[in-house]
Amino acid sequence: MKNTKVIVLILLISMLAVFAMGCGDDRPVINVYNWGDYIDSDVIKEFEDEFGIKVNYSMYETNEDMYIKLKQGGSSYDVVIPSDYMIERMINEDMLLKLDMNNIPNMEKVDEDLLYADYDPTNEYSVPYMWGTVGILYNTTMVDETVDSWDILWDEKYADQIIMLNSQRDSLAVALKRLGYSMNTRDVAQLEEARDILIDQKPLVYAYLGDQVKDTMIAGEAALAVVYSGDAVYMIRENPDLAYALPKEGFNLWYDSMVIPSSAKNKEGAEAFINFMTRPDIAAKNTDYIGYSSPIPEAIEMLPDDLKNSDVAYPDSDLIQNTEVFKDPADIVDVYDRIWTELNSH
Amino acid sequence: MMKRTSYPYLAWILIFTIVPLFLVLYFAFTTGDSQNFSTFIFSLDNFKKFFTPIYINVLIKSINLALVSTILCLIIGYPIAYIISREKPKKRNAMILMFVIPMWMNFLLRTYAWVTLLGRNGLINTFVTKLGFPALDLMFNEKAVLLGMVYNFLPFMVLPIYSVLTKIDKSLLEASEDLGANLMTTFRRVIFPLSLPGVITGITMVFIPAMSTFVISSLLGGNKSNLIGNLIEQQFRWTGDWHFGSSMSIILMIFILITMALTSRFDKEKEGRGRGLW
Amino acid sequence: MVSKSLKKLYTFLIFLFLYAPIIILIVFSFNDSKSRGVWSGFTLRWYVELFKDPAILKALYYTILIAVLSSVISTVIGTFAALGIHNMPGLSKKIVLNLNYLPVLNPDIVTAVSLMALYRFFKLEFGFTTMLLSHITFCIPYVILSVLPKLKQMNKHLAEAAMDLGATPFYALRKVIIPEIMPGIITGGLMAFTLSIDDFVISFFNTGNGVSNLSIEIFAMSRRGINPTINALSTLMFVSLLVLLLIINKRTEKN
Repeated sequence: MKNTKVIVLILLISMLAVFAMGCGDDRPVINVYNWGDYIDSDVIKEFEDEFGIKVNYSMYETNEDMYIKLKQGGSSYDVVIPSDYMIERMINEDMLLKLDMNNIPNMEKVDEDLLYADYDPTNEYSVPYMWGTVGILYNTTMVDETVDSWDILWDEKYADQIIMLNSQRDSLAVALKRLGYSMNTRDVAQLEEARDILIDQKPLVYAYLGDQVKDTMIAGEAALAVVYSGDAVYMIRENPDLAYALPKEGFNLWYDSMVIPSSAKNKEGAEAFINFMTRPDIAAKNTDYIGYSSPIPEAIEMLPDDLKNSDVAYPDSDLIQNTEVFKDPADIVDVYDRIWTELNSH
Repeated sequence: MMKRTSYPYLAWILIFTIVPLFLVLYFAFTTGDSQNFSTFIFSLDNFKKFFTPIYINVLIKSINLALVSTILCLIIGYPIAYIISREKPKKRNAMILMFVIPMWMNFLLRTYAWVTLLGRNGLINTFVTKLGFPALDLMFNEKAVLLGMVYNFLPFMVLPIYSVLTKIDKSLLEASEDLGANLMTTFRRVIFPLSLPGVITGITMVFIPAMSTFVISSLLGGNKSNLIGNLIEQQFRWTGDWHFGSSMSIILMIFILITMALTSRFDKEKEGRGRGLW
Repeated sequence: MVSKSLKKLYTFLIFLFLYAPIIILIVFSFNDSKSRGVWSGFTLRWYVELFKDPAILKALYYTILIAVLSSVISTVIGTFAALGIHNMPGLSKKIVLNLNYLPVLNPDIVTAVSLMALYRFFKLEFGFTTMLLSHITFCIPYVILSVLPKLKQMNKHLAEAAMDLGATPFYALRKVIIPEIMPGIITGGLMAFTLSIDDFVISFFNTGNGVSNLSIEIFAMSRRGINPTINALSTLMFVSLLVLLLIINKRTEKN
């Protein structure tokens, strides 16, 4: 029985330790729900210290993932950072609260060209967080030719060297653009055609990855990958053999913005957080850390030269002509879902 | 009076085991907005949808992988269970403990460990290329998923076989030898038949988790092709179609019930072998 | 002779297969480089980083809290349930035992989604409570399964004798029955504790609002890519579980 006592003692001690860890924190809380690897955690700490608000931070992998989590209820988040088309859907489905712009004075620091965008035409729901493109990252030691077309992802020379994005809209967009269609097509036949060429491509694909792509490309384990521009910046920094190209058939231009879901419990806290993230010095620090493109000109000025002058992060305007921004498929979301599931299941 | 002490548990099992299963059943046979119970209407569409080639193929692939990994576990696991069971009690306990220890590590970490080993520039390939061979394709394919399954579930096969083997009466083996049977015959006619209950338990214990896993396939399979577990996960977490997800859960359950029914006829002793495995 | 060395080789290979990944995880937790194939010097910085990572610390807190609470609660409910089941007449005993097997035999993912449907139906907020309830649910059957055999072994007449001698049923329970089945209760409780610590699938589906456990955190980290802090975390978890195992083993040897 002596050992029983030892075990009970261990349990009690660990219980006490746990309670000690949990207690003593009665600050107000905000629940922030963001993409994985998409914030500098020091920035969160600074916010907590400055405002006395505790940030409960959690992460999702894709827009769809986040949307379902919110939609099915049973959880409340105060700040979420979805992409354009998802914001459009959430506005249409009454899932967002209007922001009180008086609490977000830093809104005026945001590049005016990015406001009143199609996904939030009245500019009442969202504050831009980051933006970027989707292109091809390639390893120059493995790819000799010029990369300027999505076609290269179907080139058998690179069998088992190609990484696709494990994200519904992004992967379908690649196929749709290669076929010369709009990435917002509402034509089921076109979507099915896109699915079919992606199925054809499968034997050449090494994997469908999310953030894991970064390690894999930095380690030189694959030749080509479809990536977000911000991740490209980070990867090129880590491995100078890598380069980023925007295909001539056209590509996706995207915006991630901060919004407040209608389930929010601490709207003032959320607005304080959004305002804080939009403050130029904070935005600069955050941008420097994650590598994505900031929507705040003053913040860009504060970035180190290699980032500030990067044409991956801040391409010349003539490079971003042939772009499309995602729109919400609205009533045909289930078609997109079906196409994606069928592709995955093949 | 003693009967009543189980009432809290009976209430618990009613609320947290029986009601949920009926809810899944209810979801499976209805369609509508998954988030709004008032919109549900009775329908067999989810099952009709499932019985189309694309999803049937996923089911077949899952069964296939689960079967292959079960067979591999049996082929690899039986000899080691046998070897350990023939050791002296003290050594044998130590060895079986050695078998259990890795299972105490978080199973995600155990699976994740293979990522470090299998990657194109991972440890195995570093070693292989140093020896002058071309790098192998070990990651993000079905072989990797299979390896992950065998690695994770091997102890589920070994432990039940081992525990049956140690219980075999030694005098039976001696009798068999005395009657002139050689080792092979003794094994074939005496040991193996007697160890069948363990083998059957092992098969169930490996087949069920292998059939329903979604973690191993998503970590080592590179999301290229779904297993039934991935499909269910996606319906609940990505597309939000709980009805379709529930119907697949029901199909998965039926499958497993069939497996259990088939195997339980052999399995005379049911003990608390499950995820715990002490 | 050949067969003997063959046996040894085979045993060695199997244990190599079982331990190689774990040893490599542990070794690389001390590696001074983020990349996987290369050794570039000894460091403890991943351990330092681990303890600075608020997400991991929070997950650790929830993991332990939930493991402690769910093992205690499920041990209490399960022990009383076992007492009741033990005294049930044949048929209802059979039914209850079979029901008890349901969560044990059901694939994790089915248990997970069925619980998710339940919480959704009752409009519960996903988070700590739902995760705790789910853990208790899958732990109870294991407690029952480890207490029942001890009850079977116990001499039926012990409790009766106590009561004949004037003990109240509660006194008999406390002084006679419980001590008799204590080993089973402790085994059950510890089993519940480890199952809870190790659970991923059921927690993954039934949590929300930033509540996560280590498994969920590890899954998220491994989806993001190689991160040596995971190795550091696994080393620590492995070592602490090893210690716990040794304690238990000592205990069972004594019994």
